[in-house]
Amino acid sequence: MSQHSHSHDDSVEMARHHHIHADLPPDPALRVKALESLLTDKGLVDPATIDAWVETYESRIGPRNGAKVVAKAWVDPDYKQRLLSDATTAIAELDLLGSQGQHMVALENTPGIHNLVVCTLCSCYPLPLLGLPPTWYKSAPYRSRAVLDPRGVLREFGLDLPEHVKIRVWDSTAEVRYLVLPERPAGTEHLNEAQLATLVTRNAMIGVAKVTA
Amino acid sequence: MNQPEAKPCADAALQPIRRVEGEPLFAEPWEAQALALAVALQQAGCFTAVEWADALGVAIKRAQAGGDPDDGSSYYLHVLDALERLVQEKKIASADLLAAKKAAWVDAYEHTPHGKPVELR
Repeated sequence: MSQHSHSHDDSVEMARHHHIHADLPPDPALRVKALESLLTDKGLVDPATIDAWVETYESRIGPRNGAKVVAKAWVDPDYKQRLLSDATTAIAELDLLGSQGQHMVALENTPGIHNLVVCTLCSCYPLPLLGLPPTWYKSAPYRSRAVLDPRGVLREFGLDLPEHVKIRVWDSTAEVRYLVLPERPAGTEHLNEAQLATLVTRNAMIGVAKVTA
Repeated sequence: MNQPEAKPCADAALQPIRRVEGEPLFAEPWEAQALALAVALQQAGCFTAVEWADALGVAIKRAQAGGDPDDGSSYYLHVLDALERLVQEKKIASADLLAAKKAAWVDAYEHTPHGKPVELR
């Protein structure tokens, strides 16, 4: 590894030449810097808060919060009832990191009903529960086809549902976000809540996959 | 009125959904920062979640009309566009002020020796 730092080929010299002053970031990065410094000057944002959010996005919020909610609903019938009747309050009970107090609705998958979540307008998504949306969730093909041809979309994700299963598509908004409560897979009776949570995937909570044991 | 036939929106219904498992959350740090700014401004009461979703929807539609692939890869550019627009609409800062601040940052980068922290002067 250290040999690399001793090489003196042209590319290294070129790189040195360009590093006389600090690298100019790409245009969008400069626009963000302009916004952040202006908003900081006006006292509207605190740079430390922004840094904390960025760190949270990058390393701490994933689909784990959502998985905890699902696993609890699987093992605790009373909690499941509360989750299905008032998800916002039931989720708040768990005191999960990064909760933003969005209005949440939980959708239960059953042998006869499969729920699928989309945001046709932009990419509204339950960030505190699932982390950041995957790129495909934000893409135009998913946003339009999830509504037009949900069965085909699910097939594309490797989920071929029998014809008798009804598919319900839910369009998220800024005011209402959805969490799919997937079916608990067979053969998991011996697992505890924490073990169950590890089985629950982001895709299952969006509704493009089932949970498998 | 005489625009070329770019209809990414209509064609989207025919396109496969491209997926990459385990992709990084952000391609570049500014993407996360832009998202964090949008959240911080909502928490500061500068605009509501509904106003934010509307602005983002408008930014995406405008980008589509301009030929943006809208495949998710340019999503944070739309976030940034929506942020700048809302900041102007809410009279928090004008376009001129944003441009001047950006120019000041360019200037700071160009006059800061490599290895030193870049700061506005």
